[in-house]
Amino acid sequence: MSNAVIRIENLTKRYGLVTALDDISLEVERGTIFGLLGPNGAGKTTAVKILTTLARPDGGKIEVIGTDILKDPVRVRSLIGYVPQELTVDPYLTVQEHLRYYADLYHLSAVGKDSRIREVLGLVGLAGYENRRARYLSGGTKKKIDLACGLIHRPPLLFLDEPSLGLDVQARRDVWSYILRLKEQGTTSFLCTNYMDEAERLCDIVAIIEHGRIAVIGSPAQLRSQLKRDVISIEIASADEHQRKELEVLEKAVSQLRIVQGTVKNGTQLKVYVESNEIALPQILQSAASLSIPIRTITYSRPGLDEVFLHYTGHPFADERKIDA
Amino acid sequence: MLEFAQETKAQLVRWMIHLRREPFNMAFNLLNPVILLIFMGGAFQGLAQDSVGGDYRAYLLPGVLALTVFGNSMAGGIPLLFDKENGFLLRLMSAPITRVSILVSRFLAININTSLQCLIILGLGFIFGIRIATGVGGVLTLMVIGLLLGFGVTVISLILAFILENHGDFFAILGISALPLSFLSSAFVPVDSLPVWMRLIAWVNPMTYTIDAMRSLILSGWHGSLLAQMAVALVLFDGAMLWFGAKVLRRHLA
Repeated sequence: MSNAVIRIENLTKRYGLVTALDDISLEVERGTIFGLLGPNGAGKTTAVKILTTLARPDGGKIEVIGTDILKDPVRVRSLIGYVPQELTVDPYLTVQEHLRYYADLYHLSAVGKDSRIREVLGLVGLAGYENRRARYLSGGTKKKIDLACGLIHRPPLLFLDEPSLGLDVQARRDVWSYILRLKEQGTTSFLCTNYMDEAERLCDIVAIIEHGRIAVIGSPAQLRSQLKRDVISIEIASADEHQRKELEVLEKAVSQLRIVQGTVKNGTQLKVYVESNEIALPQILQSAASLSIPIRTITYSRPGLDEVFLHYTGHPFADERKIDA
Repeated sequence: MLEFAQETKAQLVRWMIHLRREPFNMAFNLLNPVILLIFMGGAFQGLAQDSVGGDYRAYLLPGVLALTVFGNSMAGGIPLLFDKENGFLLRLMSAPITRVSILVSRFLAININTSLQCLIILGLGFIFGIRIATGVGGVLTLMVIGLLLGFGVTVISLILAFILENHGDFFAILGISALPLSFLSSAFVPVDSLPVWMRLIAWVNPMTYTIDAMRSLILSGWHGSLLAQMAVALVLFDGAMLWFGAKVLRRHLA
């Protein structure tokens, strides 16, 4: 018997002439964290809305925890938790009132309701905040309320749409640690993100989505190892006109090297994709020296998911909102 | 059924918390009817006394009550529109609730709020010496008439909340709906004293029948024919709105 909690076959969704999701098929295994990774507008939120029964697909068959989402959406809703991208807290309610509200919407019985609320508040680090009104709390704390509300009914499957969007570094790490703790407790998470590091840090399986199509699916390690290439990052001192031209010259020169598979220039940085760091590094340094181009830093690394994205989609990830963590 | 009660109660409690924690909102809502009753009532007292045959404030009171019911019910959908705009509603819809509970809880919240405001206005009328001719029974009947009018208007408001894209449009509609409908009824002057074209509109305006029935309860006593006319007009109005609302809202709450 399959261990899949989500089974999607040939899912298609159109909005007018735009195809938001184009013939998507995938499965999500129980107890894993599955990440749908892609830039804004790739179709991630549409996919989550369909899986959470908030939008209807135009084609395909979708089962969530063994239930067809079109045949019995109410049962699906009772089995899943959903934490949307936007903060959906009510500024007038206290933290505890939010939890009571959702406990009743998920029909929790009076017996054990209070203890479950305490348990969930403890899990997301909100113990002591019970009587604080959401209006006066930080964005990170509001996100924790959202997360707690999504967990109140012990859902075996949790949908998280951009869980760390707009959070500061500490709040982001907190949210990550709660998601990992939920996994330890057996909860499956379906996560949408456009943060490479989030996908890399949390997800067991990542599906890269672009223009409504799945480009590739696999574990982050598998995806990286499939590339069979390393990355060398070269940075010049400043972005002035002269140095930018020098970087262009360097890019042309290294592109001629047989070991180089490709290059991507971004501001003051040049990424060079090579078969092997060890062989390529001296050759690149030699090119730079012969052209008298001053390099501030040069580093090499195994490829990350951004390189995987580039490889499978043919262009770099439009990660405009990248934050450092 | 128990689950329906639980989820409706949870949503109603949320609306009641809003009411409790934003008392100024209710105070501002009361401002217009109070201004009408005190200032307009006072300003036109001498002028209108002859044409309405008595205390103009008492004459105005049912119009002010109907206007309060109309204004509150019409604005009642706004919090749902805000919920729609900020994603709260979508999240609510991801829960295994009966969709009707969203509408029922909002309807109850609006009408609890409206009834409270109507009681405050009646209390204010009492201070100005207005005595309800039909006594406590009349006050209760006024409340029921308010609910009957409020039902249909609330449905319109809920429809607007779901079909409009932003609250700016909603406020615009809200701003231009209440006053013309009041002038096109018997709220401020008897219908017979209106120009013919306005009289024609007043005759199909459910506010007219609401106000006439309320006015009889406040000024003179129980008038079966006026109450029957009001009941027929409001049941027709409510029925039509419910039929139309069910068609529209079913699409938006699927």
